[in-house]
Amino acid sequence: MTTSNGTKPGHHTVVAIVEDKPGVLQRVAGLFRRRGFNIESLAVGPTEFEGLSRMTIIVDGASAPVEQVEKQLYKLIDVVKVSDLTHDDAIKRELALLKVRCNNVNRHELLDIANVFRADVIDMATNSLMLQVVGDDDKIDGLIKMCEPYGIRELSRTGTIAMTRGQKTTTVHESEPEAIARVHQSQGRRVEADLPFSSD
Amino acid sequence: MVRMTGSQILLECLQREGVSTIFGYPGGVVLPLYDTLPQFPAIQHVLVRHEQGAAHMADGYARASGEVGVCLATSGPGATNLVTGIATSFLDSTPMVAITGNVARTLLGKDGFQEADITGITQPITKHNYLVMRAENIAMTIREAFHIARTGRPGPVHVDIPKDVFQEEAEFEWPEEINLRGYRPTTKGHAGMIRRAADAINGAERPIIISGHGIVWGDASDELVALAEKAQIPVITTFLGIGGFPETNPLSYGFLGMHGMYHANMAADEADVVIGIGMRFDDRAMGRFNDFNPDATIVHIDIDPAEIGKNLPTAIPVVGHVKLVLPELIERLERRDRSKWLAWIDKVEEEHPSLEIRETRRLIPQEIVRTLYDETQGTATLVTGVGQHQMWAGQHYFYDSPRKLVSSGGLGTMGFELPAAIGAQMGMPESEIWAICGDAGFQMTMQELAVCVDERLPVKIAIMNNGYLGMVRQWQELFYDENFVSVAVTQPDFCKLAEAYGVRSLRVETKAEVLPAIQEARNYDGPILIDFHVDQDENVWPMVPAGAALSETIEIPEKELAR
Repeated sequence: MTTSNGTKPGHHTVVAIVEDKPGVLQRVAGLFRRRGFNIESLAVGPTEFEGLSRMTIIVDGASAPVEQVEKQLYKLIDVVKVSDLTHDDAIKRELALLKVRCNNVNRHELLDIANVFRADVIDMATNSLMLQVVGDDDKIDGLIKMCEPYGIRELSRTGTIAMTRGQKTTTVHESEPEAIARVHQSQGRRVEADLPFSSD
Repeated sequence: MVRMTGSQILLECLQREGVSTIFGYPGGVVLPLYDTLPQFPAIQHVLVRHEQGAAHMADGYARASGEVGVCLATSGPGATNLVTGIATSFLDSTPMVAITGNVARTLLGKDGFQEADITGITQPITKHNYLVMRAENIAMTIREAFHIARTGRPGPVHVDIPKDVFQEEAEFEWPEEINLRGYRPTTKGHAGMIRRAADAINGAERPIIISGHGIVWGDASDELVALAEKAQIPVITTFLGIGGFPETNPLSYGFLGMHGMYHANMAADEADVVIGIGMRFDDRAMGRFNDFNPDATIVHIDIDPAEIGKNLPTAIPVVGHVKLVLPELIERLERRDRSKWLAWIDKVEEEHPSLEIRETRRLIPQEIVRTLYDETQGTATLVTGVGQHQMWAGQHYFYDSPRKLVSSGGLGTMGFELPAAIGAQMGMPESEIWAICGDAGFQMTMQELAVCVDERLPVKIAIMNNGYLGMVRQWQELFYDENFVSVAVTQPDFCKLAEAYGVRSLRVETKAEVLPAIQEARNYDGPILIDFHVDQDENVWPMVPAGAALSETIEIPEKELAR
């Protein structure tokens, strides 16, 4: 079962815009390990800006309040922006490749199933075929379930990526540092020039 | 632009950041850097005897002076030896920059001689860390490292530099601007939240302030005093918050927690509004979270948003810098008479005194600390290790200003005392620094006595020598049926040891010798060690047993009172 926007109950979809620097994945992964947050899925890739990467993390909310996850992520210097898309009107997509057993007798059944799920057949051999499917969790889980009786020889999933619908974005504009300020503000924080400590 | 080597760029940047002292230890891969050091005579290098000492010294230097402490070590074992000191700094949020060398870039990741993945190791115990792969990046890295270490919630930053990067030449340009997209510490509090906090406090019958280390690092002692005095709110501190509110102020009710004052723990439990300022509701301070004063409205003012609601549900969070938030809050607070509430706490204190020094013929550490307080009139800085002596130093000395008590609270690092005292003395050459040591912890870092001699530091070292891992013995006595396992510690003759290093020493075995020894130490201009042979069975009271609530604080038992 999923919510209307495709997030499983108890799971949270968190998008982090991070500096594309060596070790940033380890910092995020290390943070999750240390704080005991369980990662269900993690997808990383470039953004529309050079030097920034986008991480989509599905967190098991039972392991920690998602607010703590977000705040801890923000503490990492290399994390520029964090958004929780769990309750947003957002599109969530994942791509999966499945290699399923088949033979001359049942191949057409599998092709029918693929058709229903709008999965593409991208490779075919005498004893198997490979399906490529794009969709939210529900759809991919559904296809997997339908293919199980035939025997799934291999399965690979990319992890979910997400984007809000409409005008709203989750990204950061380099020319627009106020965008970052707005995020802080929306969480009850205000961003000002740094106040020096007594040591300054 | 000038062409310089990586070593020169690093030292030039340290100098521009105002660094005058580095605590370090040379080794293979940092030799290019040490080779360059004499070109920068304004930077003093203190040669430690173990890299852990370097990290604690940098930490002690920072805590006593407020400046960023800097330590330096070579790759592999040199770097891993820093780890305890870096973690100590991280848990207590003190500003430190730790610099390590690493093997040359071509050997990185190939398990070369003395290679350790030190940035991988320090990542979870630093505010941020860097592996600098090009000499041209050193300047910006150092600039960012100091900025990150000293702003926001302070913390240690580690910079790892491969050997050949020290040797590589690059154009040097001092970066005027820092642009860290992902690091904008919140400073100004949210006006709406401050208003809500003020409303809650104005409406409170029994408010209490619990102030922490953030008051010290946020330089907001005066603001805290003004706030407490205007609204007549009693103030208790966390252990690291000691001195952030003057303990001589009538509104001061000591510190709370596992070995806090009985009345402080009861007041925290009785309050209707609990105002945490620059603190993090740590388990040692708050007891069992689930049973901490469930009826209280919690107001939490802190610079780190991640601390809000982490341990206790917070009704009113104010994220911001205490130096900015407190004046705004003070403006909105009403002057109120809270003498009834203050009288309630006074009465608890009167009926359950926590700081009485009982009459006994035994030489007890509490009395030594109290004598030191009476003699110095609270002007000295105490640097402690971890355990019983640490708690007594917190309880029986009274601190009327910040940075007078330097102690490892969060990580609880035994052996912190001597190197941290050395660092404190280097940072505050005019201050009277006392290292209050346990006999067990002292043995973890005692080789740094050599640094006291090298640098002619007038550090006064007081060992509370009870022949035990005292706090562990106390727990075994109280919670493990007196099954004493591996807690009796044999020690060297500390006086002879001190003499071997060239440190003057005194042995004190009776009460009558305490005051003369303290006076002699104060009059001596150089390192001096006093080996106090104290009672072996003394326990720290009051106590909140591990896992108990503050309301379950236990006072000194009758049988111990009679001893």
